[in-house]
Amino acid sequence: MTVLVIAEHDRGEVPIATFEALTAARTLAASMDDTVEVVALGDESAQIAPDLALHGAEVVHTIMSPVLSDYGPEAYAEAVVALVNAISPSAVVASGTSRGNEVLAGVAARLDVAFAANVVAAEKSAGGFSVTRQQWGGSLLEDVDLDARVAVLSFAHHSIEPTEAPAAGTVSTFNVDLPDELARTVIKDRTVTSAGVTLATAPVVVSGGRGMGNAEAFAMLEELAELLGGRVGCSRAVTNNGWRNHSDQVGQTGTRIAPEVYLACGISGATQHWVGAMGSKNVIAINTDAEANLVTKAGHAVIADLHEIVPAIIEEVKKRQG
Amino acid sequence: MMRVLVCVKRVPAPGSRINITDDEQDVDTAHLGFTTSPHEECALEEAVQIVEREGGEVVVLTVGPAEAEEQLRYAASVGGTSFVLVPTDGTALDPQRTASIITQAVNESESEGGQFDLILFGNESADSAGFQVGVRVAHALGRPMVNGIKGIEVGESTFTAQRAIDGGLEVYEVPRPAVLGILEGINLPRYPTMKGRLASRKAVIGEAPIDSDAGGLRRVRLHRPEETVSQTIMLPTEAAAAATAVVDLLEELGVMGGES
Ligand SMILES: Cc1cc2nc3c(=O)[nH]c(=O)nc-3n(C[C@H](O)[C@H](O)[C@H](O)COP(=O)(O)OP(=O)(O)OC[C@H]3O[C@@H](n4cnc5c(N)ncnc54)[C@H](O)[C@@H]3O)c2cc1C
Repeated sequence: MTVLVIAEHDRGEVPIATFEALTAARTLAASMDDTVEVVALGDESAQIAPDLALHGAEVVHTIMSPVLSDYGPEAYAEAVVALVNAISPSAVVASGTSRGNEVLAGVAARLDVAFAANVVAAEKSAGGFSVTRQQWGGSLLEDVDLDARVAVLSFAHHSIEPTEAPAAGTVSTFNVDLPDELARTVIKDRTVTSAGVTLATAPVVVSGGRGMGNAEAFAMLEELAELLGGRVGCSRAVTNNGWRNHSDQVGQTGTRIAPEVYLACGISGATQHWVGAMGSKNVIAINTDAEANLVTKAGHAVIADLHEIVPAIIEEVKKRQG
Repeated sequence: MMRVLVCVKRVPAPGSRINITDDEQDVDTAHLGFTTSPHEECALEEAVQIVEREGGEVVVLTVGPAEAEEQLRYAASVGGTSFVLVPTDGTALDPQRTASIITQAVNESESEGGQFDLILFGNESADSAGFQVGVRVAHALGRPMVNGIKGIEVGESTFTAQRAIDGGLEVYEVPRPAVLGILEGINLPRYPTMKGRLASRKAVIGEAPIDSDAGGLRRVRLHRPEETVSQTIMLPTEAAAAATAVVDLLEELGVMGGES
């Protein structure tokens, strides 16, 4: 049988998340003697096939339709379901991205089967599949029995290192008539809000929590972030107080970051904050409380008042940068 | 006039660590407060703002234990107009079952009070994070649904919805009636006012006893991921010495260049 992977792409650009999903799918398929096949949707689907083959796709099913001209959750789900009904895979998988989870939820709803989101481990069991999935943004794991004629799973983004495994990547065109009505949820337009380095991709994040005391204190974090070519982050206590925009929030309901350096000032490190920051390579905490969770999680800490330490750091950086 | 439904979930609010009950079936909430899942708190605020502009009503629905009345009363204090609790025995329901219960509750409410122009969910629940209940309900109702929404404009026959992606927004234009999944950050939820607290006390909580069959996901156990323990190196606490140590570190890690 087949493990069918849904390839994400944005106008022909395949995100690393899809290669993570392909890597995880290969392990699952190998454990069941299945082959890995991929479904790619829209006009660019044939063009991305070589990249998908490089990561293990034996077959790339391409589906073209006017309603697949750009991403749309309903059109994507309908198209995948048509293919699933035709080739009867043992599993349909994608990466647990915003789109991946949305499409798989739509696929599972249409097939009337279960869907396990953000899976970190999955294997065939006597009655179906044994699956471990993330809850609470990854602070907690849940083992579940998944009982369905086809396993619908998303693999947690960032939980696996994508690897290459060249395969045939035979392109196979799948024809299906999708109703025009599905255009109702296709992207109509896009706007760019910030070009260049974003909080999610910044090499340095200088972050402030309730310990900052007020909105004005963030001026010094702005200055330090600017000097280091980084971005300012914050905790939810800060956004709830209206000190910073939510787009700066790091955490479970904010942005997940993975900078080289995370400098956390006056942040206690609640689980919901930490799951957003734990991808950081190096964590430095400035906190008056040596017992704060973020201090115990950090590689380095300064146990002192941030209002004294941050200005001193700015001076020192300026001095050395000349 | 708009009839808006907001579906919210009562979740615990753990701090530095999430503890698990001895039978490994649930989060140990013995010493925890409860809250409305944050994305849904914003969904509620959005619904209230829409109805303040357009007129109409905000119906708030929760499937949960009797204690979830607390979250409905909170919703009353920040602008909700009517409230429905579908009581459970408190054990976690699988997402197919929850979706089926909500679909039935929507059908019941619509047969009495008229169609909802808009149904709002949170993007995903804070605790179980299944990423599917809203999509399943929308499919069962035959209505369009988009998740990840950080902006809504109400049009004559459509909603223009903005979805957040890294560094930008995608724009969708969905016909009414529609279902949208909301992300925290679409607004800053208001705090209850004095008047709101009064409304909360007086609010009538409707009970809708509805159930459905279990779906295909069955919880075996909860556990915590392996924690990486780090030996925290304590740097000097005096300002100038601390700054020297921190900047030495930044240099060592190669992030002093300032290029972005
Ligand atoms: C479902 C859910 C989702 C959530 N999602 C998120 C999320 O995405 N992101 C997030 O951040 N939170 C999230 N939270 C909130 C989270 O639980 C915490 O409430 C929040 O992270 C606390 O923010 P804080 O650390 O800034 O504040 P606090 O916990 O109040 O900590 C302030 C810290 O500042 C220190 N401090 C005070 N003064 C000084 C000083 N002068 N110098 C140095 N240190 C000082 C204190 O010692 C303390 O450690 C969520 C909560 C729930 C329930």
